[in-house]
Amino acid sequence: MTPSIINLEISAEDRRIAGLAAAAVGLTLAEAAVPLPLPGVKPGLANIVTLVVLYQFGWRAAVWVSLLRIVAGALALGAFLTPTFVMSLAGGLASLTMLGLAVHLPRRWFGPVGLSALAAFAHIGAQLGVVGVWLMPGVNLLPLLSVFLGAAWVSGLVNGLVVAGLLEKKT
Amino acid sequence: MKPAAALSLLKPGDWLVLAGGAALVAALWGHGGSGDRVVIKQAGRVFLETTPRLDREIAVPGPLGVTQVEIRGGRVRIKSDPGTQQICVKQGWLGPGQVAICLPNRVSVERGASIYDSLNY
Repeated sequence: MTPSIINLEISAEDRRIAGLAAAAVGLTLAEAAVPLPLPGVKPGLANIVTLVVLYQFGWRAAVWVSLLRIVAGALALGAFLTPTFVMSLAGGLASLTMLGLAVHLPRRWFGPVGLSALAAFAHIGAQLGVVGVWLMPGVNLLPLLSVFLGAAWVSGLVNGLVVAGLLEKKT
Repeated sequence: MKPAAALSLLKPGDWLVLAGGAALVAALWGHGGSGDRVVIKQAGRVFLETTPRLDREIAVPGPLGVTQVEIRGGRVRIKSDPGTQQICVKQGWLGPGQVAICLPNRVSVERGASIYDSLNY
């Protein structure tokens, strides 16, 4: 009987994605250590990495980096498979879907800031959806919507500007 | 980076997205206002928990009789009470966070914000 050998080929792309995901995890952990005035409002710095990856390596790579970041970040914070993780995953999937659509918008008109803001809106929309449907059904979330959308607006703008600045520097 | 340089990174579509988002936030602002709740208690137990957005009159039975609670136009007050001193009736419309207590009839009306614990999320 010949022993079966499983040989995992590690491509350069795998390494790149792993490295970028690690950077995103680092930002997530750093962010978790910063106390924030309002629970639930986070700057979402890891999305800077997602957006840069989207522009440099395409949507598929961005999906990998983002999902790896969500899972690894949750494992590192001890939140894996908790409601926090589910919310983070829902937000991540929603913003990735939004980015997958928005990346086809004409580049002449839409830059990183627009994409970042759209992704932030999709993110918070999905998260509030999870809260409304699963975590706290029946709670009136409408008053919170404006607060969280406002926060998403600010973080979307700031992250988008950072991405635009980074890409500008690169080219 | 200078502010002017940062602005040059924004493309017309980006402005559109930001303006749309800001308009949405502005439209939702105040809409639904606060997560207000009206909690009516009788003898320490929750008799009714409702929203101040629904105009209605509620009759709360107590040991002395019926206390009438009125909710109108997003405000709440105790309209009538069988108690002798009428303290809770004289209190008038309740502001957010205020409580009216009709002690003889053991009825209390609280106007409070809904509790939403978003900790950890």
